[in-house]
Amino acid sequence: MAVDMRLPAVRKQVPSFSEAQEKHLVVPGDVITTDVGFMRGHGTYMDEEKLTASVAGEVERVNKLICVQPLKTRFNGEVGDVVVGRITEVQLKRWKVETNSRLDSVLLLSSVNLPGGELRRRSVEDELTMRDYLQEGDLISAEVQSVFSDGALSLHTRSLKYGKLGQGVLVQVSPSLVKRQKTHFHNLMCGASIILGNNGYIWLYPTPGQQDEEAGGYYTSLEPISLADREVISRLRNCILALAAHKVLLYDTSVLYCYESSKPHKIKNILKPEVMEEIVMETRQRLLEQVG
Amino acid sequence: MATVQICEAEKVYIMHGVRDDLRIDGRACDDYRHMEVETDVVSNTDGSARVKMGDTDILVGIKAEMGRPRPLIPDEGYLEFFVDCSANATPEFEGRGGEELGSEISSTLYKMFQNRSSLDLRALCIVPREHCWVLYVDVLLLQCDGNLLDATSIAVKAALFSTRIPKVHVSEDDEGGKELEISDDPYDCMRLQVEDVPCIVTLSKIGHRHVVDATLQEAACSMASLIIAVTHKGNVTCVRKVGGGSLDPESIFEMTETGKRVGKALHAPLMKLLQEEEVLGKRRQKVGFLG
Repeated sequence: MAVDMRLPAVRKQVPSFSEAQEKHLVVPGDVITTDVGFMRGHGTYMDEEKLTASVAGEVERVNKLICVQPLKTRFNGEVGDVVVGRITEVQLKRWKVETNSRLDSVLLLSSVNLPGGELRRRSVEDELTMRDYLQEGDLISAEVQSVFSDGALSLHTRSLKYGKLGQGVLVQVSPSLVKRQKTHFHNLMCGASIILGNNGYIWLYPTPGQQDEEAGGYYTSLEPISLADREVISRLRNCILALAAHKVLLYDTSVLYCYESSKPHKIKNILKPEVMEEIVMETRQRLLEQVG
Repeated sequence: MATVQICEAEKVYIMHGVRDDLRIDGRACDDYRHMEVETDVVSNTDGSARVKMGDTDILVGIKAEMGRPRPLIPDEGYLEFFVDCSANATPEFEGRGGEELGSEISSTLYKMFQNRSSLDLRALCIVPREHCWVLYVDVLLLQCDGNLLDATSIAVKAALFSTRIPKVHVSEDDEGGKELEISDDPYDCMRLQVEDVPCIVTLSKIGHRHVVDATLQEAACSMASLIIAVTHKGNVTCVRKVGGGSLDPESIFEMTETGKRVGKALHAPLMKLLQEEEVLGKRRQKVGFLG
């Protein structure tokens, strides 16, 4: 058994590896510009002719439009985003899904693949057996199909890569830490797979063998997973939490580098502050070398 | 109770992990999460402590007030516990939502301190039958991530350690009436002997095994858990079973043994840390709530 107790350490200023130009960071109430020629974007408001930040984060400028990208936020979905979510309610012809956005998202019965082929009419029986496919508490991966006017998201799972998730571990981080990429599904070289949801929900699972398409993705195996796979998944989980604690962007390379630099340490020690710092520093260094 | 929803497959994953002695964060079944303890965090209390265990975050403040001893035990002071569940921790605690959990925790604390070996309450007596110190122990749950009781008991112990009660000088006047004079020198104070204060170990039964320091996800997989308060000598001062499930006698015995072993090992690092912090004294930069 192990008990590790210590005094909390004062947070140190992490030496920044930032590139040539400094980032323009603001807190709510900071005046971004007094110039009237700019357009007001997300995270800003006009206060007596002055453009002011309403959230804490980084200022982004696209031509005349000024936005502030908040560091800590709920998920603001856009069409095409990959999300991981949890079913909270089964309603008439739709599921309600919790996706870390301000409002629960909806998954319509008409926008899922049902067992027995893609082009099948949805019958009354399907409506009655919705809970057999997905019930409260189940995790799914999905894509944002459209955004309603109030900001709520409509999801779809009409591809074989989306659908119900089986055994694995969910890690929750801030949505702004997940890097937007072409693909958010990765089979990592270390022996596990990862779904980096744009909403900050990250799903870690053992790399699946061959897929049987008959079940349409609603069959989940409850077979025990090997200890080796578990070790990899636990290590990845702790690495992701370490990266998130130090605000490093999450994508396949950063996660993999962090995994590799964590190798000398025991899995349960990764979350100790000093080990976390060491691993993240090493990861940052390697990422920088790769870019440069 | 603050709970999370998890699906069947996640539960199976966690349960198989516990069976293999590798939990989802890489810990073994009898490992605690990394803990941070700081005392003297609230300046307007007589003693305070804050404990962070994973994402569980607990603040304890102790106020000493003068009161009348209980009629049945005239030569002892007493402790009063109050647990406040902040709605910051989880929206479930809003309004009266946290009351049930709060009273459950405070009743466990009362039970834990009920026996005479936990804390020498006679030290709190000023004039038998007339005046004694009453320690109001206020627990505030700032964040919940499982294992609230263990963290609370550690925080209470740390706060009791840091409690400084001003010395009282009793003088008798000519007519036999007593006059109390409370010293206003901050260094002229009394400290409590906290060596024997027990710590709680919560053992959650998951599958056929049991784990200590369960996270919320693990707690969702467990049907029943056993709460054991253990002193540094390994004496058990309170045992309680919580949760809807049942435990068979054999596993209760096993869990008590583990609880004793783990609980005993919990005290040494805590006392070492508290003494270390005291030696550093004012030189150490306080971290408080923004660190």
